[in-house]
Amino acid sequence: MTETGAATPARRRRQESLIPAGTARASAHVCMAAGCLSMQSDTVFDQLCERVTARGLTDVAVKRVGCLGLCAAGPLVVVPEQERLFDHVGAADDAAIDTVVEALAGAEDGGRSVASDPFFAHQVKVVLEHCGQIDPERVEDYVAAGGYEALTKAVTTMTPAEVLGEVTRSGLRGRGGAGYPTGLKWTTVAKSDSADGKYVVCNGDEGDPGAFMDRSVLESSPQQVLEGMAIAGYAVGASHGYVYVRAEYPLAVKRLTTAIRQAEHAGLLGPRIADTAFGFDVEVRIGAGAFVCGEETALLASIEGRRGTPRPRPPYPAASGLWGKPTLINNVETMASIPAILQRGAEWYAAIGSGKSRGTKVFALAGSVVNTGLIEIPLGLTLREIVFDIGGGLPAGGRFKAVQTGGPSGGCMPEELLDMTVTYESLAEAGSIMGSGGMIVMDQGTCMVDVAKFFMDFCREESCGKCVPCRVGTTQMHGLLERISRGLASREDLAELESLAGMVRDTSLCGLGQGAPNPVFSTLRYFRDEYLAHIDDHRCPAGVCVIDPVDAGAPVLEAKR
Amino acid sequence: MTQATAEPPAAPARDDKRWRQVDVRIRRLGARPDGLIEVLHTVQEVFGYLDDGALAYVSEALGVPPSRVLGVATFYSHFVRKPQGLHTCVVCLGTACYINGAGAILARINDKLGIDAGGTTSDGKLSLLRARCLGACSMAPAVVLDDEVHGRMTADRMEQMLETL
Repeated sequence: MTETGAATPARRRRQESLIPAGTARASAHVCMAAGCLSMQSDTVFDQLCERVTARGLTDVAVKRVGCLGLCAAGPLVVVPEQERLFDHVGAADDAAIDTVVEALAGAEDGGRSVASDPFFAHQVKVVLEHCGQIDPERVEDYVAAGGYEALTKAVTTMTPAEVLGEVTRSGLRGRGGAGYPTGLKWTTVAKSDSADGKYVVCNGDEGDPGAFMDRSVLESSPQQVLEGMAIAGYAVGASHGYVYVRAEYPLAVKRLTTAIRQAEHAGLLGPRIADTAFGFDVEVRIGAGAFVCGEETALLASIEGRRGTPRPRPPYPAASGLWGKPTLINNVETMASIPAILQRGAEWYAAIGSGKSRGTKVFALAGSVVNTGLIEIPLGLTLREIVFDIGGGLPAGGRFKAVQTGGPSGGCMPEELLDMTVTYESLAEAGSIMGSGGMIVMDQGTCMVDVAKFFMDFCREESCGKCVPCRVGTTQMHGLLERISRGLASREDLAELESLAGMVRDTSLCGLGQGAPNPVFSTLRYFRDEYLAHIDDHRCPAGVCVIDPVDAGAPVLEAKR
Repeated sequence: MTQATAEPPAAPARDDKRWRQVDVRIRRLGARPDGLIEVLHTVQEVFGYLDDGALAYVSEALGVPPSRVLGVATFYSHFVRKPQGLHTCVVCLGTACYINGAGAILARINDKLGIDAGGTTSDGKLSLLRARCLGACSMAPAVVLDDEVHGRMTADRMEQMLETL
């Protein structure tokens, strides 16, 4: 990486952003997150660079940026100076690429206005503030956008106790799903005595199917996560951090590794940060495909190089974590919220949100919805606003059936709950959980028994096998759901499923088992008639399940054996 | 599951130059036991899979009991214990992909090539894997063919892509 930054005149290697010598009059931000990249946005970037150079536009920039959010319409290019978004800029689409070049040259048509687009208008960006604005592989870009100011402010003008107070007053809660108050967790770790060190761990093992918030943050603004971790280290008294990222996210790993190297090189991480006695370094650890490692004690075991099986708590990691030392574990999104809170103040952050759920939350919208992608909203919007205003509703012909949050530990919420506000409390009341932020819209063509079976199959396979209720219970529940979906089950089977679900929830060791019955509970609560249609009428109302032919006269009990 | 009938390549010999890459990684990690997973990642990147000889090598180098190395290698689904095909095709079965028809894609591959997830064609050309979620939900259903992500896949397009491999 060249550290000379903006001083070097145009035309760099293609892998790097094209930055003009002086101030850029206009710039094209080309999305280089995994979604757009899979649609060859790297080729779009190359083409734009070539054409801009060929046109002799020496005062415009072409920048590689992270996720622009509207993944459904990729590859995406934004010209921020004009607040215009260009979608579907295909690598082979000369006309589309030319439109962007013309816009950079000063043309006023083409693209769509970002400000008036409902997809963007309802969003409030705190965690995603820099996503799509900065080049994730240039630390200079992050610094120019105000990056590392919060860390400098913390270590030079605040005591650790003041940082703890700020985070506590912000009302921030764990964005990994459980919603534990972040300030409280930090304070506990800060109070834990340890003569030989503490650790800060960032949980980037985003395992929930249907969730890609952490991936996008790590791919789009990795420095922000590192800055949050360093601030956490200062507040709790730790000088070493680990980021644990899934092996499924190679691009996130690459950008994070680059970010660490650049930050150390620039003196933003490492010993004596901002000429103080405080030092902090970060290592990346790569997961190896185990969902259970998102559970904190399993994650710690995995960082230590062992099988990722959870252990009973207490002791909580705050008292005894990595190698028995006090350890702070926060999710990627939580860490990424920290710099803004310190920079703008706890009061500013706490003013966003609703009830006990303060601040913003990033959601990954997917499934049967027009605007699939990444959004960040103030907590307290309704599901309807999210799915229909921001998400643009269902694709033509689709009718809303349910929205699923919280992954395999979450639940499905039906149409009658669309006007419910989204907070930690309301989702729990509705039988789901906030979870890490995956939000999947389902249409009438989705069978809820099949969805429950899908999640149970997931939990059954991902169960680590350490505790019996989860290992055996999930397999038994899956078997019962299989029978129901094939039209072979009786009402007694349904009763057995419900009783087993309660037992697994109450007696499993960790969140995987405790949450595994949730999809069953929630689909039974809102879509019991679908279960009964499979059982009593041997039919799948959505037409998804393959029903075994049953002799109408034969007793059901015989048929299912 | 269809096993590769072709002779599997012999385990990498100790004097194979590729071990140097592994040694570099081990050294960088300070040869500490907690680097086990990182080292196994490197071994798999270098050789394509983890065979018994490789596990024994890692066990010795890191001072970790063989039982624990085997335990870790078999616990994590990312690690494979047998040689993979020339090409790999990963079908994502995350929630968004599942409800958007990932099952039909898997079924078509099974239909055409006779392999299930985890299997390799008898000519050793293609290994079929499935993922729990690639985080590519916005372009569901997603498939990764030789490290390249392809979104909005259909069974027909999948079949065409596999035919041209």
